[in-house]
Amino acid sequence: MNRLLASTALALALGLPAVAQEYVPDPAATMGGGIVVTYKDDVATLDPAIGYDWQNWSMIKSLFDGLMDYAPGTTELRPGLADSYTISEDGLVYTFTLRSGVMFHNGREMTAEDVKYSLDRVTTPATLSPGAGFFASIAGFDAVASGETDSLSGVAVTGPLEVQITLARPDATFLHVMALNFASVVPREAVEAAGDDFGRQPVGTGAFSLADWTLGQSLTFVRNENYWREGLPYLDQITFEVGQEPIVALLRLQNGEVDVPGDGIPPAKFQEVMDDPAQAAQVVQGGQLHTGYLTMNVNLAPFDNVAVRQAVNMAINKDRIIQIINGRADPATQPLPDSMPGYTADYAGYAYDVEAARALMAEAGFADGVETELFVMNTDPNPRIAQAIQADLAEIGITANIQNLAQANVIEAGGAGTAPMIWSGGMAWIADFPDPANFYAPILGCAGAGDGGWNWSKYCREDLDAMAAAADAIVDPAMAEERLAAWSEIYMAVMEDAPWAPVFNELRYTMRSPRMGGADALYVDPVSIPVNYDYVYVTE
Amino acid sequence: MGAYLLRRLVQSALILLGVSFITYVLLFILPADPVRQIAGRSATAATVESIRRELGLDQPFVVQYGRYLWNLLQLDLGRSYLQRSEVSELIAARLPATLLLMGAAILCELLIGITLGIVAALWRGRALDQGLMILSFVAVSAPQFVVSLLLLYVFAVQLGWFPIGGYGTFEHLVLPALTLGLLGSGWYARMMRSSMIDVLRADFIRTARAIGLTRTRVILRHALPNAILPVIAMIGIDIGIFMGGIVVVESVFGWPGIGQLAWQAIQRVDIPIIMGVTLVSAFAIVAGNLLADLVAPFIDPRIKLR
Amino acid sequence: MTATVAPERKPRGVLARLRRRPLAVFGFILILIVVAGAVLAPWIAPYDPFEQHFDGLTIEGAPLPPGEEFLLGTDLLGRDLLTRILYGAQTSLIIGVVANGIALVIGTLVGLVAGYFRGWIGTILMRFTDLMMAFPALLLAICLAAIFQPSLWIVAMVIAFVNWVQAARVIYTETTSLATRDFIAAERTLGAGTGRILFRHILPHLVPTIIVWGTLGISTTVLLEATLSFLGVGVQPPTPSWGNIIFENQTYFQAAPWLVFFPGIAVLLLALAFNLVGDALRDELDPLQRGRD
Repeated sequence: MNRLLASTALALALGLPAVAQEYVPDPAATMGGGIVVTYKDDVATLDPAIGYDWQNWSMIKSLFDGLMDYAPGTTELRPGLADSYTISEDGLVYTFTLRSGVMFHNGREMTAEDVKYSLDRVTTPATLSPGAGFFASIAGFDAVASGETDSLSGVAVTGPLEVQITLARPDATFLHVMALNFASVVPREAVEAAGDDFGRQPVGTGAFSLADWTLGQSLTFVRNENYWREGLPYLDQITFEVGQEPIVALLRLQNGEVDVPGDGIPPAKFQEVMDDPAQAAQVVQGGQLHTGYLTMNVNLAPFDNVAVRQAVNMAINKDRIIQIINGRADPATQPLPDSMPGYTADYAGYAYDVEAARALMAEAGFADGVETELFVMNTDPNPRIAQAIQADLAEIGITANIQNLAQANVIEAGGAGTAPMIWSGGMAWIADFPDPANFYAPILGCAGAGDGGWNWSKYCREDLDAMAAAADAIVDPAMAEERLAAWSEIYMAVMEDAPWAPVFNELRYTMRSPRMGGADALYVDPVSIPVNYDYVYVTE
Repeated sequence: MGAYLLRRLVQSALILLGVSFITYVLLFILPADPVRQIAGRSATAATVESIRRELGLDQPFVVQYGRYLWNLLQLDLGRSYLQRSEVSELIAARLPATLLLMGAAILCELLIGITLGIVAALWRGRALDQGLMILSFVAVSAPQFVVSLLLLYVFAVQLGWFPIGGYGTFEHLVLPALTLGLLGSGWYARMMRSSMIDVLRADFIRTARAIGLTRTRVILRHALPNAILPVIAMIGIDIGIFMGGIVVVESVFGWPGIGQLAWQAIQRVDIPIIMGVTLVSAFAIVAGNLLADLVAPFIDPRIKLR
Repeated sequence: MTATVAPERKPRGVLARLRRRPLAVFGFILILIVVAGAVLAPWIAPYDPFEQHFDGLTIEGAPLPPGEEFLLGTDLLGRDLLTRILYGAQTSLIIGVVANGIALVIGTLVGLVAGYFRGWIGTILMRFTDLMMAFPALLLAICLAAIFQPSLWIVAMVIAFVNWVQAARVIYTETTSLATRDFIAAERTLGAGTGRILFRHILPHLVPTIIVWGTLGISTTVLLEATLSFLGVGVQPPTPSWGNIIFENQTYFQAAPWLVFFPGIAVLLLALAFNLVGDALRDELDPLQRGRD
């Protein structure tokens, strides 16, 4: 038996601080009331194993829970359905003790069996879960993923309320993974009863339950009276209306019909809203774990030459681009966003220097210019940003012909490796969880560089991959700083090779009606986007 | 009539089969990989391949199409790749809204268009006619999004006469139907005018006037029925347009029609939905044209169904 | 002695007669202006259509309204709108006039033949038209663009493809009615050949419909081109076309109405111009109207 780590404080805080601070409830919070949230796109599914959209991510968070959770409005881990946990000294065995008395929406009490069932389910190929890969570090994952068996050997039920998870390798991000929607606990009988329609008839342990779903029109959540967190949620109900054009949603907000336009303030209205003090007061601004970047395919000329890539980095006028999007972003110097742990604060990046860029191009042998293609997604403001980049590139002799396509086609070209340059807008990376590792493997690591992967620059350095694996093996919370320093090194190495030109970190602007209350941080919750429904309330 | 109908029904079935085949082929050769969309951005290559196998998308074309047809015959349109719901359920949830809006909009188009067309024909060459001509062109040239938003802003937000978008009551229907009616009336007005001018010059009209029938009677009972034939054909065309092309109006007014469903599906390469919507659309178009052809002899008895 | 006044010489030829109609002349001049704009754009445009002027945007990034420096204002990237409209005329002419025109010709022929002959030719043609109408043209466009490079010609082809079916349907319905008229039967008894009947007796009655369809079609095809470009099928940014200028900026029509208004007016005027000329042409070609003005 491995020795358990001595101190509970150490055990609880794996690489992340501040779980010791318990969340202080808002004294002004009132119970009751309902809100209306609008979205343009239809909600695809509420099955936590499948839902991976902008809309349903936070909805699923309110319907389901996982073993781990985050303190609202922050990126700090805290226990969820797991009351407490211990980690073996080698960091390979996690033992979670579950809370007792947690009820599913269908009235049954949750047990450890449900946890095992949920994890088995999400990793089984038949479920078609896009998040299965997150659990790759669990022992027995490969056997389940290949279809040999349908039970993860690394997940064991060791008591009615105790689950033991054994990893195949130490994984510093594991607790974050346990907080992902994909790790939510679902009741077997409800899943089997609904079959493929579980996404339409979700049953979980969350603060809200689904009361009604009129396809194509609206969904209604109502408070779960038996929610295991005392005193939560505050709202009686949430109505999600879909198929709403963002500009119309804004008009309705101004008319008092809508509380939160889920797609945010449309660019066309941004200036108007911010210029009006009354409306600007209802806007909450916050950062996101997001970076907008330009990828350059290191396998296609001229981007197989590092000097050209560096020149591109120097040629982009980030301030002008941010001006074009009405100042809704901060310039980016590196792949990680500035609120992400592991961000290298003193790194200045490539300064905007057209002359130096031209010199580099000449050195690389492209003094007479070169022609290439720039792929971009067709929703506003991305074509505009691409055209601004195109103009910047023209200054250093690169003629970039724009390919303005639907998202699926850009993703396809990126995955297939046929796109020399891609502006990531609309498909830019937003962190699945607040850890630097999340920004590496799929989009900069060798694993993602294969055919169809999201590493559109096809950048692959085995040595960096090894460094990443080593960094993620540092599971001892006392060495958290070292781990972050290791990641910082990795990203600095990436910037030297410049497969990307990071352009900006988009700011988030959530608008809410005057009757809504709650700390600002809840409205720009980094994890529960756009709003943390469990903790907001209405003031009337 | 019976034999004709039977023949047309058989031909219609063949057309639908043809459409399904062509659409399936197009979707097959489309480079965008639906599995990548489903698997999402964090999937490993292994996950992607297993999803491909599960959905049977690694099978050759003939097998896939055959399977689709077999399900189709049992009225099973499959499940959406991205939503996992039954396509038939998704379409059925939105079809009534589309049909309702289509009916109301065509009604508005006809009322506005036919009236203005007749007026323009009667006052031919005069200022009124010129003015109506310009209006028709404005209606056809105006971008749907701008007009919809303008009407919504003026009548729903400022004046508050109607709800700001939505679905469910008659008040919700008025603005979107009127918007489409106004925009589409340009076509009907111009065709009606043109047709009416043609008819009004015919001998039998002069005879009718000569024998003392009032102008109104002549226009409504003698000229109009003869002039309206091309309009009937246009209704058939309109049905086709409505079944797939009014995404803009739907999204501005929050109308839950199949246009939005189709548009989203095309952007994300959700093949089952695209197939389903295309087939439903094709069905409506073929039915619309068939109806137009069946109605024609009633308008002009000289036309025989052959 | 009675003085005789020399009779006014009646102008011969359609063109000459058209010159006497002021509206037709007006329309014709408009068309010439647009064509001239399209051809001469590189020389007469005040700026470069792709140049994103530093002072073309306000500090907050908003476009400039019409003013001294930029006559029709700037767009969201600080580019001169007038220049882009001039350069965009070319695309819109190709789509609205050429593609639309081809569609019209094909549609008329199909509808005419199907409506006159009926029988199995008619059946095949009309069922084929039904098939084309139900055809997912959007999908075809996307596929073509994916296989070949997205270009204006793919858009033009797809638009012609889509539009001919509508014209065919309407022409067919009218032809079936016309074909049963007494005067046609009379012509046949007199021994007139099919071709003569089709082109000298039926077609003239279809001219009004053709003109209506063709001129209204200019507007709809220009706007359709914008939708196709949005999906990645047609002209790629930053190439301007009237349709895509409208389309890109329609959400800004409250904040920057000139971006929608001016290209919209351009489309409207082009369609109207053709209509004026077409109407006059129709009056001239109309056997009952000729000489009566």
